[in-house]
Amino acid sequence: MAAHLKKRVYEEFTKVVQQQEEITAKKLRLTKPSKSAALHIDLCKATSPADALQYLLQFARKPVEAESVEGVVRILLEHYYKENDASVRLKIASLLGLLSKTSGFSPDCIMDDAINILQNEKSHQVLAQLLDTLLAIGTKLPENQAIQMRLVDVACKHLTDTSHGVRNKCLQLLGNLGSLEKSGTKDTEGLATRDVQKIIGDYFSDQDPRVRTAAIKAMLQLHERGLKLQQTIYNQACKLLSDDYEQVRSAAVQLIWVVSQLYPESIVPIPSSNEEIRLVDDAFGKICHMVSDGSWVVRVQAAKLLGSMEQVSSHFLEQTLDKKLMSDLRRKRTAHERAKELYSSGEFSSGRKWGDDAPKEEIDTGAVNLIESGACGAFVHGLEDEMYEVRIAAVEALCMLAQSSPSFAEKCLDFLVDMFNDEIEEVRLQSIHTMRKISNNITLREDQLDTVLAVLEDSSRDIREALHELLCCTNVSTKEGIHLALVELLKNLTKYPTDRDSIWKCLKFLGSRHPTLVLPLVPELLSTHPFFDTAEPDMDDPAYIAVLVLIFNAAKTCPTMPALFSDHTFRHYAYLRDSLSHLVPALRLPGRKLVSSAVSPNIMPHEDPSQQFLQQSLERVYSLQHLDPQGTQELLEFTIRDLQRLGELQSELAGVADFSATYLQCQLLLIKALQEKLWNVAAPLYLKQSDLASAAAKQIMEETYKMEFMYSGVENKQVVIIHHMRLQAKALQLIVTARTTRGVDPLFGMCEKFLQEVDFFQRCFIADLPHLQDSFVDKLLDLMPRLMTSKPAEVVKILQTMLRQSTFLHLPLPEQIHKASATIIEPAGESDNPLRFTSGLVVALDVDATLEHVQDPQSTVKIQVLYPDGQAQMIHPKPADFRNPGPGRHRLITQVYLSHTAWTEPCQVEVRLLLAYNSNARIPKSPWIEGGEVSPQVETSIEGTIPFSKPVKVYIMPKPARR
Amino acid sequence: MLDCGMHMGFNDDRRFPDFSYITQNGRLTDFLDCVIISHFHLDHCGALPYFSEMVGYDGPIYMTPPTQAICPILLEDYRKIAVDKKGEANFFTSQMIKDCMKKVVAVHLHQTVQVDDELEIKAYYAGHVLGAAMFQIKVGSESVVYTGDYNMTPDRHLGAAWIDRCRPNLLITESTYATTIRDSKRCRERDFLKKVHETVERGGKVLIPVFALGRAQELCILLETFWERMNLKAPIYFSTGLTEKANHYYKLFITWTNQKIRKTFVQRNMFEFKHIKAFDRAFADNPGPMVVFATPGMLHAGQSLQIFRKWAGNEKNMVIMPGYCVQGTVGHKILSGQRKLEMEGRQVLEVKMQVEYMSFSAHADAKGIMQLIGQAEPEHVLLVHGEAKKMEFLKQKIEQEFRVNCYMPANGETVTLPTSPSIPVGISLGLLKREMAQGLLPDAKKPRLLQGTLIMKDSNFRLVSSEQALKELGLAEHQLRFTCRVHLHDARKEQETVMRVYSHLKSILKDHCVQHLPDGSVTVESILIQAAAHSEDPGTKVLLVSWTYQDEELGSYLTSLLKKGLPQAPS
Repeated sequence: MAAHLKKRVYEEFTKVVQQQEEITAKKLRLTKPSKSAALHIDLCKATSPADALQYLLQFARKPVEAESVEGVVRILLEHYYKENDASVRLKIASLLGLLSKTSGFSPDCIMDDAINILQNEKSHQVLAQLLDTLLAIGTKLPENQAIQMRLVDVACKHLTDTSHGVRNKCLQLLGNLGSLEKSGTKDTEGLATRDVQKIIGDYFSDQDPRVRTAAIKAMLQLHERGLKLQQTIYNQACKLLSDDYEQVRSAAVQLIWVVSQLYPESIVPIPSSNEEIRLVDDAFGKICHMVSDGSWVVRVQAAKLLGSMEQVSSHFLEQTLDKKLMSDLRRKRTAHERAKELYSSGEFSSGRKWGDDAPKEEIDTGAVNLIESGACGAFVHGLEDEMYEVRIAAVEALCMLAQSSPSFAEKCLDFLVDMFNDEIEEVRLQSIHTMRKISNNITLREDQLDTVLAVLEDSSRDIREALHELLCCTNVSTKEGIHLALVELLKNLTKYPTDRDSIWKCLKFLGSRHPTLVLPLVPELLSTHPFFDTAEPDMDDPAYIAVLVLIFNAAKTCPTMPALFSDHTFRHYAYLRDSLSHLVPALRLPGRKLVSSAVSPNIMPHEDPSQQFLQQSLERVYSLQHLDPQGTQELLEFTIRDLQRLGELQSELAGVADFSATYLQCQLLLIKALQEKLWNVAAPLYLKQSDLASAAAKQIMEETYKMEFMYSGVENKQVVIIHHMRLQAKALQLIVTARTTRGVDPLFGMCEKFLQEVDFFQRCFIADLPHLQDSFVDKLLDLMPRLMTSKPAEVVKILQTMLRQSTFLHLPLPEQIHKASATIIEPAGESDNPLRFTSGLVVALDVDATLEHVQDPQSTVKIQVLYPDGQAQMIHPKPADFRNPGPGRHRLITQVYLSHTAWTEPCQVEVRLLLAYNSNARIPKSPWIEGGEVSPQVETSIEGTIPFSKPVKVYIMPKPARR
Repeated sequence: MLDCGMHMGFNDDRRFPDFSYITQNGRLTDFLDCVIISHFHLDHCGALPYFSEMVGYDGPIYMTPPTQAICPILLEDYRKIAVDKKGEANFFTSQMIKDCMKKVVAVHLHQTVQVDDELEIKAYYAGHVLGAAMFQIKVGSESVVYTGDYNMTPDRHLGAAWIDRCRPNLLITESTYATTIRDSKRCRERDFLKKVHETVERGGKVLIPVFALGRAQELCILLETFWERMNLKAPIYFSTGLTEKANHYYKLFITWTNQKIRKTFVQRNMFEFKHIKAFDRAFADNPGPMVVFATPGMLHAGQSLQIFRKWAGNEKNMVIMPGYCVQGTVGHKILSGQRKLEMEGRQVLEVKMQVEYMSFSAHADAKGIMQLIGQAEPEHVLLVHGEAKKMEFLKQKIEQEFRVNCYMPANGETVTLPTSPSIPVGISLGLLKREMAQGLLPDAKKPRLLQGTLIMKDSNFRLVSSEQALKELGLAEHQLRFTCRVHLHDARKEQETVMRVYSHLKSILKDHCVQHLPDGSVTVESILIQAAAHSEDPGTKVLLVSWTYQDEELGSYLTSLLKKGLPQAPS
């Protein structure tokens, strides 16, 4: 009982101290004796091994500071020697390893002890754990050669252990610590110059598969650490490919890949013949063979690695797509070959003849090689594998290889097109993406295009949109192809009207890529007639717009085309150019002036006049320092207006313009707030007027958060300025509160908090302080010692004068800056039919939104639902709901669950997207959190949110439940 | 007995196997431990009721649960056609099918069943049709794998066959496609879908004659998912009867299907067709596009032929033959290009509809067979279920590439295989540990010599240390010593000679313990060397080397060393 009490006393003592440690550094040391002492007492008290284990587990939950680690380690070791129970020793050994990882603690002092106890240990499990500890120690001290050498010796000694666990750990140790230079350490002793590779290589033939795997992994580890593996292990690794165990084979495939990347050009003999081939080709053949392995894990591994073997000769590469078909010993052409022939003979596949695929020439039975013809047909197998994981890996590999070899790209096209019909949507999507990536290298034949376009009818939106993107960058060879594509896209449009934007965009690129192919189609598409006028089509018909988009974009580089247009086409052009300017380019039309500024694309953006304008107007603002307040305000207002308009006009400058405008806005607010005449009025009278100033402070705060978190590409120098602005806003807030509140007590807290903020600012941006000459914070820091000691009233007074005196900081413009934006596509908010559901139950609302320039949307983007009663609900979408269709773009497709009590009539709820931020994320974490064993969950708390999309209204109606 | 099938081509006694091969006379049960059925196709299970009920067998029949469920349906159907339609007598009855099925024991995938105290069987997935399995049959350390029919490429509803590296003594594999390497199935599927889609869009009707089980389900899934993906509205029909029952079982045995169906059945069972409805005779005259699956598969009779006659006249329509057609059937005629058919009653039917052929077959091709052999690593391969000429080619390839013996026996031929059964020998732990302690690194390449005594007692073998063996058998130990005299030309004194021998050995045998004893002898480990002057020639010394049997290796080495003489002493 007494002991128990004592323990509690200790515990409480520790707790109290830990709370204080954040504030002052001095008291920290007090924890050192207590921590180890508490442990000591606990362990002495433990009567049974189970008890001791419990204490150790409890101990492990709390972090240990670097200073007290050594004490704790000593106590643990002491108990280790005394302990008879293997499980407790095991736990102690694991604790030692964890403790030695503590940052700021140098573990070389415990190494001797660890090696000592290793020698006397009998239990295999404890041995393995101890070796693990040594590994932790060794990795902590990477530059200490002597220690590494010693550890390697220890590992070598235990390699002969009978337990696989121990051998495993030894090999791991060797892989992680084995010396990289063989000859560098001859002076130490003969033992030191062990050839680590040879030792590890010997264990490739261990009797235990786990040890074999560990040996290969250790070898890979050596490679990762920069040691050049010897070529001799290639043969050993090849033997392991036929191992009985999948994990061994899987690791061996990796090893072979590594060697093939190291020695691609060396020559290896082909067994049972006199020929020799390049090593990379041989390895390629072997890995290809593994694509038809029995275990799917190995198949995935092999298929993935194939993609990165770009040095392989094209002859081998092309074999992977060739299966050498035969039927009754006669050579047969594949369906792909037949399709190609039919196409070149100008005839489509009839398929009407039974004997269409009848085998042709006889095959010499001796020449047929049914297996092991190396790479033969590897991708054919991979692409029709049972597991979709393998198929996806194969498609990815195809993509990578095709990107590096145009001739291969041409060949693999047929197979990729086939994958468009896979049963799993992910695979289909992946193959469409792949095709897009390699589309520079290929031109689609008409029959291939036909198959591709058939997928446009897919009911999955993702697939269709991916296909539109693919069509954007596809080369089509004939005008029939273009026509076919257009017809299919229009069919798609009528079937799925929601695809409108995507289809228009697709046609835009299709048109601008193939002007000469579109030209002969124009009369037909516009249904013009040489003699007769035809009826004017409906301007609002999306299909007609689609056709026009195609034609206008083709006309951009084809000056003869406008001659074919009829009158109304010109009118429609003018209309579309205005309403859909992102889709319709400026055209040189006869008799018309070129609409809008003819910005020829070869002018670099920095020579751009609008860029210049931006620069100039900003400089004008920054140059004013001592203008009269009225003039400053006006100039700021005008500049803000100019910038905002500029952002609207020039989409590529929108980010910069908005960013600067926001900053100026903040400045303007600050100036206005300080200009208030009533600053000098006595406090009691001031109450009402303070609204404006405090509102300004609040708004500045909001704007600075927006500036910091809503723009991508913000650099550190901007962050400083933003934080500085925020600091000013906080100062303003403090002043306003000081003026409006009576009594001094609340002010004390506020002042202290503010000074902490200043201190924090200084710590975070110490490197940037020299740039902030003459600024608010510069002056503030000068006066810091005085502020610390003075009373709140005085602080406020100082702040007030300083705010007035401080100069306006120049905001350097970042290179690339984009404002995060989001558009909710679905729900569209147009429906008049309320979504009905029973109250108390939930209804799922599909939300589909595009996000642009959002960094890490998985953790920052939230959905907010506002109910009419003011209740707000924040929803965190799953990470899997975000797709990434292109750089800087994201797509959120998720479901939001709504629920409410019964309403009497339908009402609208608002759905919007929020960007969550947490400004504390920039603070460096305290060291022990990283090192501690059970590091407390890194707080992902949200400090605030910024709405960044237009709200959409959804009509819902929760009905009362029927009784 | 592996499988119990029937021959489709005969209608007399020859359709069932001649079971007297097994028995000569007497009951089958005395000769067979069990019967294993690989899958429900009639050429693999058709004779089962005849065998068990009419010939008489009471032992267990093993099959997988889907086979057990579907097999009786097919048998019943077969019986109906044979008895009710063709009016055959002396055929098995419904009751016999029921009685036969009562003897069936279900085996699950990878489950090891102990048939009796020696024989054990284990099932592996085989693809091909629902519930098809390969069986490993094992007695002691000897085993046989029988593949039945299998498929190494997955299809829309079934996965690929898989076997672990079980290294059987014999692999019995089917070889239907011994000389064929097939094209990617994707092209076939795409062609099929494209043809159906085009016809339907044109407003035409598509007829697909199928057999009720197997391919039919694959094509259904294919069309169903395509309809789903493309949002098509045209109706798909399936002729009723047998298929409905079978579809029910397909829904139940989800674990036997492929990855896609297994993973998605929680949301929706793929065999619960949304677009495919039951067919009614009246539907054939409905206007507008439709797709109909109808039995039987070769257009020789029944519903498929009826529909064909109705639709043949319209060029917008299409018939797709998804499989092989036997000569003489309507299916074969139209596939070979005949456009005018004579029907019964001297009617002439003009075929205007499009005719397509599409091979959806679920047997492993030559590459697949080789792949399976590679996976299982058998010692011998035996080819069955194929044509002799094609097998010959495959046999040659197998022998060439795997260097294993391959056999292809004709019907009734017996093959005898030599095997080298391994005999387990127990080793005493003490001996093993002692040996382990001596050796250092494990090295698989070098065999290690281990000394001990093999005791054979009551048909079990034990390896024990010799001391223990002596103790157990109550024998006294005899010491066996070898002694050898080596003559050395050395004029010096005996002691000096001994010293020279000592220093010589010491310098050569670094890792052995060489000692010079005070009584003037030298020991190397336990080998004793003494020197004496030759009785006649004082210039020659005689070295007496003596060692025990256990040190034979070192002893003989030492004598050979000494026989070479001593190095010239530095004078």
